[in-house]
Amino acid sequence: MTDTMRHLFILFGVLFSVLTVGGLLIWLERRLLALWQERYGPNRVGPFGLLQVAADMIKVITKEDWTPPFADKAVFIIAPAILMIVVVTSFAIIPWASGIEVVDLNIGVLFFLGLSSLGVYSVALAGWASDSKYSLLGGLRASAQMLSYEVFMGLSLMGVVMLAGSFSLREIVEAQQDLWFVVPQFFGFAVFFIAGIAETHRLPFDLPEAESELVAGYHSEYSGLKFGMFFAGEYLGITLISALTVTLFFGGWSGPYLPHAVWFGLKTFAFICFFVLIRASLPRPRYDQLMSFGWKVCLPVSLANLVVTGAWILMMK
Amino acid sequence: MTILFYLSAFIAVLATVLVITRTNAVHALLYLIVSLLAVALIFFALGAPFVAALEVIIYAGAIMVLFIFVVMLLNLGGEATRRESTLLTPGIWIGPSVLCVILAGELVYLFSGKPSNIPAPGAVSTKQVGIALFGPYALGVELASFLLLAGLVGAYHLGRREDR
Repeated sequence: MTDTMRHLFILFGVLFSVLTVGGLLIWLERRLLALWQERYGPNRVGPFGLLQVAADMIKVITKEDWTPPFADKAVFIIAPAILMIVVVTSFAIIPWASGIEVVDLNIGVLFFLGLSSLGVYSVALAGWASDSKYSLLGGLRASAQMLSYEVFMGLSLMGVVMLAGSFSLREIVEAQQDLWFVVPQFFGFAVFFIAGIAETHRLPFDLPEAESELVAGYHSEYSGLKFGMFFAGEYLGITLISALTVTLFFGGWSGPYLPHAVWFGLKTFAFICFFVLIRASLPRPRYDQLMSFGWKVCLPVSLANLVVTGAWILMMK
Repeated sequence: MTILFYLSAFIAVLATVLVITRTNAVHALLYLIVSLLAVALIFFALGAPFVAALEVIIYAGAIMVLFIFVVMLLNLGGEATRRESTLLTPGIWIGPSVLCVILAGELVYLFSGKPSNIPAPGAVSTKQVGIALFGPYALGVELASFLLLAGLVGAYHLGRREDR
């Protein structure tokens, strides 16, 4: 196999597996939620209800894709596409196993942070272009929330970058062969994971789309495949944050006996389940509580973490 | 790499022209974001990936989001678009055009002269940037932080509730 062939193989393999996982998560989340709430969940279509995914897809694709006449058409159409492009592109930097990654950027962490900051446009523009008050409120909430939590997300990762001495995800994984970074960087991990939940606006931080007050928030006016893109984008976001948590704090693909890719898959799967468990168990805070938690708890914790890590590195020199 | 550079440079210039001529504020901002992304790609093609990443994170990802945020809050309707469309009369182009022609002349002079007219860039590492910022340019960094602090205190004062 030539080098180009190998690269193309990895590229399409990653794209295929990421989209498949994103689709299967629809089923997984509903089954897991049902398990924790003592219900059955979708179990009728196919074995274990697995074909529910196919049924949902057919439904989303065949539904009328309605663009409201009062909406700003071009922006309305481009908003869900931005979300998908940004999330799928972010997967390019993740090392799935030793040497298996789409691209090994020496600015990997910054690449991810840059793309996730571009993701804000998707929700902000969707809220604005819909020209409806619920969408606008959802869009405003989403952009303020994502902009704030991006700050803590970036700061919490700097401790890892300082310990590894590199922005490259491959080198960060290699630096964790002796000790996973979750041990010296526990506070960094906690802030990153909380910020990750806020970035993907999952429950309990799903205030941009809180159905009890805002109908469906920024995607109230979306239907059909465009709504499906927001929906799938959220699941891909969960997968992305889980994969990054594993890469940055839990040793990436490293592990004994089993092949590297299997270890990576298992660890990522565990974090995806943790995302669902959080949704099943925690109540939703008020919006001001969410913002003050970010600025009054997450920011000081991540700054203190940065100072202590820096001092520790200087002392060990 | 040369093709990449010229392609992104073309996109940057075109997008910037569109920023000026759009009458809808949000559409203009979207083109400005495209222009910033194109500039980031130019940095990347020139071998400065760190600057490219910062350009995306800070300009495209943070500052422009705040612009869009404000425009969303202002809720500019069709009335603002109509007012905007009357602003760009032919007369208004004269002043900026003259200034731009001077800049273009300088550029042509730099390119047409001996190679020594163009200062050699040389790759600047992240560490060098950091050392320069905290060494010879420490005063500038301090002054910029004064400015930011003043903005922060001002925003706090304006946003403070009177009742207590």
